[in-house]
Amino acid sequence: MATTLKPVDVVLVGFGWTASIIAQELTEEGLQVLALERGVDRATVPDFATTHIQDELKYAVRNGLFQAPVRETLSFRNTRSQTALPMRQLGSFRPGAGVGGAGVHWNGQTWRFLPDDFVLRSHTEQRYGADFIPEDLTIQDWGITYDDLEPCYDRFEYLCGVSGAAANVAGERRKHGNPFEGDRSRDYPLPPLDRSAGSLMFDKAARELGYHPFAAPAANTSRPYRNPLGVQMGQCTYCGFCEWFGCGNNSKASPQSTILPVLLKKDNFSYRTGCDVTRVLLDNTGNKAKGVMYRDLEGREFEQPSELVILCAFAHHNVHLLLLSGIGRPYDPVTGTGVTGRNYAYQITSSVEVFVDELMNPYMGAGALGQAIDDFNTDNFDHGPEGFIGGGYIALWTTGGRPILQHHLPKEAPKWGEGWKKSMAENYLKSASISTHGSVASHREAYLDLDPTYKDIYGNPMLRLTFDFHENDYKMSDFLTGKAESIGKAMKPRAMNVKKRKPPYSIVPYQTTHNTGGAVMGDDPRTSVVNRYLQTWDVPNVFVVGACNFPQNAGYNPTGTVGALAFWAADAIRKMYLKNPGPLVRI
Amino acid sequence: METIRHRPHPSDSCWDADTNMPSQEQACFAEHLCGMSRRRFVQAALSLPVLMALPACGSDKPGPAKVARTFFSSAEQRFIEAAVARLIPGDRDSPGAIEANVPFFIDLQLAGPYGRADRRYMEGPWASGTEQQGYQLKENPAQLYRKAIADIDDYCRKQFDGKVYAALTQEQQDRLLHDMDDNKIELRDFPAQAFFEVLWQNTQEGFLSDPMYGGNRNFAGWKLIGFPGPRYNYVAEITQYGKPYPLPPVGIMGRDGTRMRVEV
Amino acid sequence: MHTLKFLWIPMASALAFLGCGIAHSQGNDFNNIQRGRYLAQAGDCISCHTVKGGKPFAGGYPVETPFGTIYSSNITPDVVTGIGNWTGDDFYRSMHSGRRKDGQYLYPACPYPWFTKMTREDINDLKAYLDTLEPVRAIPPENDLIWPLGWRQFMAGWNLLFFDEGEYTPRQDESMTWNRGAYLVNGVGHCAACHTPKNVLGASDKDKALQGGDAGEGWFAPSLTGHERDGLGSWTIKDIAQYLKTGANKDTASTGPMTEVVMNSTQHLSDADLAAVATYLKSIPAHQAPTTAPEDIDDQAMARGKGLYVDQCMGCHMADGKGQDEAFPPLAGSPPIQAENAQTLIQVVLAGDHMADPPSLPTGLAMPAFDWKLNDQQVADVLTYVRNSWGNRAPPVSANDVAEVRKDVHKYGPRFKRMITHALP
Repeated sequence: MATTLKPVDVVLVGFGWTASIIAQELTEEGLQVLALERGVDRATVPDFATTHIQDELKYAVRNGLFQAPVRETLSFRNTRSQTALPMRQLGSFRPGAGVGGAGVHWNGQTWRFLPDDFVLRSHTEQRYGADFIPEDLTIQDWGITYDDLEPCYDRFEYLCGVSGAAANVAGERRKHGNPFEGDRSRDYPLPPLDRSAGSLMFDKAARELGYHPFAAPAANTSRPYRNPLGVQMGQCTYCGFCEWFGCGNNSKASPQSTILPVLLKKDNFSYRTGCDVTRVLLDNTGNKAKGVMYRDLEGREFEQPSELVILCAFAHHNVHLLLLSGIGRPYDPVTGTGVTGRNYAYQITSSVEVFVDELMNPYMGAGALGQAIDDFNTDNFDHGPEGFIGGGYIALWTTGGRPILQHHLPKEAPKWGEGWKKSMAENYLKSASISTHGSVASHREAYLDLDPTYKDIYGNPMLRLTFDFHENDYKMSDFLTGKAESIGKAMKPRAMNVKKRKPPYSIVPYQTTHNTGGAVMGDDPRTSVVNRYLQTWDVPNVFVVGACNFPQNAGYNPTGTVGALAFWAADAIRKMYLKNPGPLVRI
Repeated sequence: METIRHRPHPSDSCWDADTNMPSQEQACFAEHLCGMSRRRFVQAALSLPVLMALPACGSDKPGPAKVARTFFSSAEQRFIEAAVARLIPGDRDSPGAIEANVPFFIDLQLAGPYGRADRRYMEGPWASGTEQQGYQLKENPAQLYRKAIADIDDYCRKQFDGKVYAALTQEQQDRLLHDMDDNKIELRDFPAQAFFEVLWQNTQEGFLSDPMYGGNRNFAGWKLIGFPGPRYNYVAEITQYGKPYPLPPVGIMGRDGTRMRVEV
Repeated sequence: MHTLKFLWIPMASALAFLGCGIAHSQGNDFNNIQRGRYLAQAGDCISCHTVKGGKPFAGGYPVETPFGTIYSSNITPDVVTGIGNWTGDDFYRSMHSGRRKDGQYLYPACPYPWFTKMTREDINDLKAYLDTLEPVRAIPPENDLIWPLGWRQFMAGWNLLFFDEGEYTPRQDESMTWNRGAYLVNGVGHCAACHTPKNVLGASDKDKALQGGDAGEGWFAPSLTGHERDGLGSWTIKDIAQYLKTGANKDTASTGPMTEVVMNSTQHLSDADLAAVATYLKSIPAHQAPTTAPEDIDDQAMARGKGLYVDQCMGCHMADGKGQDEAFPPLAGSPPIQAENAQTLIQVVLAGDHMADPPSLPTGLAMPAFDWKLNDQQVADVLTYVRNSWGNRAPPVSANDVAEVRKDVHKYGPRFKRMITHALP
């Protein structure tokens, strides 16, 4: 028997990036806002303290800060012809759990999607013809444009203290930066990070080939920085323990280092940890949410009534919640109808490892310290002769040199034994990795739904993922790998490993935590779960925010766009919804 | 915060090989590691004396296990020592897995939450699935080791006139490791390769993780590759291209490469 | 924010000082109450008279003294267990003379030797504010004092020896601002209660006013004299005011009990009052601090300390000891780092600490605990190194010094965990 709690104005499911941004915005309106986080409470001190955080075994190998599959996981299969089996341990992706979510353990690589990304279908059809897009690709336009989102990108970048130098600022073309980037109202808030040996090497090689390398935008501060909320950040000291770890000197942007010091002091904001939201509760009409149901760590059920429900959990969990709550018609791949769970996508990556004679000192690094080229992203090049759509950036990231998981060995190196030892001694300090980071097109057979067999710890059907990259994306990835290989060759290495992405997609080796889609945004309720303001079509007082909104994934890390979407939705709620609750888009 | 200091005598071991009971002198150490309440960080300034006995140069006879064990039986300990000595060979001049105390590391790991796979989803139904669907075995790492070592030693006894793995020659031991990796050895409950992958992964972890977990003793692994340990500031050094980092390695517990911090 | 409202306080007080005899409005009107509230903030009554988790001003806070533990009293207007039935005269007598309504002597754990300097009007206003609080029925625990000090009559002798009863007399040769500062520092603010050394009988040593003292529970309140290294000599009036207002300035951040003072008290003072306090403090001549000669510092300790500094401290305090601008405080050239007594530094290294986080500086950056990581000798070495590098010069720290403070950390726990930060009702 659930206990009913005192109502609040807004309940947020999850307490990571999107919830923190939205909570900070909505509390400014005087609303009572409550965030429900399934994980534990986390603060820079003691949880990410410099005294103990650089522990590769605990945090990178044993997954110290992430979601534990024992409490939450999903089932996976490549195709409908297979039976999905539970993902019993983390592999391909590493969702967060705990206050701050994955915002605690990300690298800080912060991109804007390109203007073409937001109108991918119409742009591609216009330039290459409708026949150019394979029939089973379900890519679509977002319902908003880059220009709509630009002010929100700007706000997220200034919130985080992103370090970079932009090429296209207020109509002016500047010498440094990514010349392919959309125009922006002002430059990044901080100058770029220092260049590592790897950055320089890539820069030189890419220039020789006529490409346009630039310092990748980093949510690792290059200087101490006070953000617009008045929160003080430190300065990145290149400790090389970014991804998988919390930042000990407040220089990686996270909810803790950018928002929480101000948010947590507000009387009208509260949060609870150890709360697993299991349902959005709807009234009899099915068109209005009454609040949410959650379980605490002892399994006791609570009903939290609220006027407004915003799903701010990880992409998977948002979609799982929508499916369990009956919001939006579940997607059926056979008929191609339904929306919830539709258009799941991911990121397709590959790498080229180079072995050089120069001392690289790889352990000096930062999560978003890298040199990149965008020459082969989205539609920055002519796809006509290539026969695929999409693209990605190519970068040499120097995020760290953590011994267990970040060493590179030539493919000839023995797997173990004396030869392995020798190879480790010869190559650890003198190697680097060029990575490609490609877009993934959504297609008919890539989706999320509820598993018919496996249950979560509360007896609810587990989320099921059916996914493989489409042939289009393997082709595109091979193209990028080829370009990366030529950059590698230009470095004149003594050895090189070209590691193409090979089918089929496996849930085992880590790739990225860039899981997108399932609660897609758009203009058309037949192909989207939420409208352009991230409000569900079916239940106007439920909003869903996150990478789950992406109709397909672009060739960039998603967090910059996720942060921008959070500001975008918060604005829509503040300026329009609160004045006039109800559907913000009428069809 | 109590600092536990204990110096086990080099010729003693925690567990009596025959009775599988803690020997008297080491009881306090065993109690320290085995009887502690869970989730308590305990500092152990363990200065383990120079290492466990190794097979004397050129001899094929295994010596008795000489390090305190929490998980492995003495027979299992002998297997592990022999196996990791081949996976990462070494000697005094070029430390390998034995010098780095990798067996000790693995022993502690298997006795704890990793060995129990506390974070893993362990509900059925169980099916083997495709390679892409990942680990679907019922065995947690602790069980994997127990079963695999028993099966492999059984196999060895049949193939090599009653000798267990630890009693074989180095060539024979190497060949068997390859066979495990290639699934040429039949284990009862799971593919040999599944065990080999975990063993190799854990061996690398024991060689390259922070010494506070019991392995990478005296920074053996880090010194081999040139990793200076968890340091928080390379602002000056990152732009000194091509210049080696001048300071010796440090661990989370400091410059003493034998200092541990054990969570039990 | 307070400046406009309370500008007339210093003026009125100054006029009172100059003996113009302007009749002060008595009574409990809104202005008296607001003034009283401001004085309660200036005096930081809430920090001692509230226990963590308890109701504001209801007492029960354990004040640790060398003579035992004294629990603060309930000063809410409850008529049975508080001061609800105290008249204005009763309250004045306690603040001015150290006597309770029932005639019993107060222990100077309540710093009446400093409150005695307050004017009658101020004390009346303070009472007017206290009368508006929620009455709480709460009896503090019995004091736990070394026998026979439980017998309050002893205070008669102590007062005779050490207590100078009397309101503050402004100095005619000093400015209004200076006098206001002196009044705040030595009166309601009672800074010297921590910042002046005490003699063996627990009385402040007037000859060593503000030269540094025991802040309780293993914390050292540093010198506030004009000494360049071990004092405020290198700080401007603005530096001092900024520190009191936000908990941090170019040189340092508040720690331990002083963070509580900033959060509950000095952040609320008007800019004029902060300037007055700073003006007064800046006038205090440098005291005779023992100089540390380079020979006093052991080379080996410095070498060990340097290694530790590079390994453990550089992520925030940086290679040059200058910290990170506006974020992590510098160690180089910082007076608190060079305080003669290193207790506070040891506390912070062992247990960590959190910066004050008033609305003007909301982040509350923190330092982690090192007690599990470093032994006594290592803490001593790294502090000796920090205190004698980059132009710093201060007495070395010994492993014994660290062991003593470690006992306090074990006994009391980290200070920041017991801190009460309260907005005043």
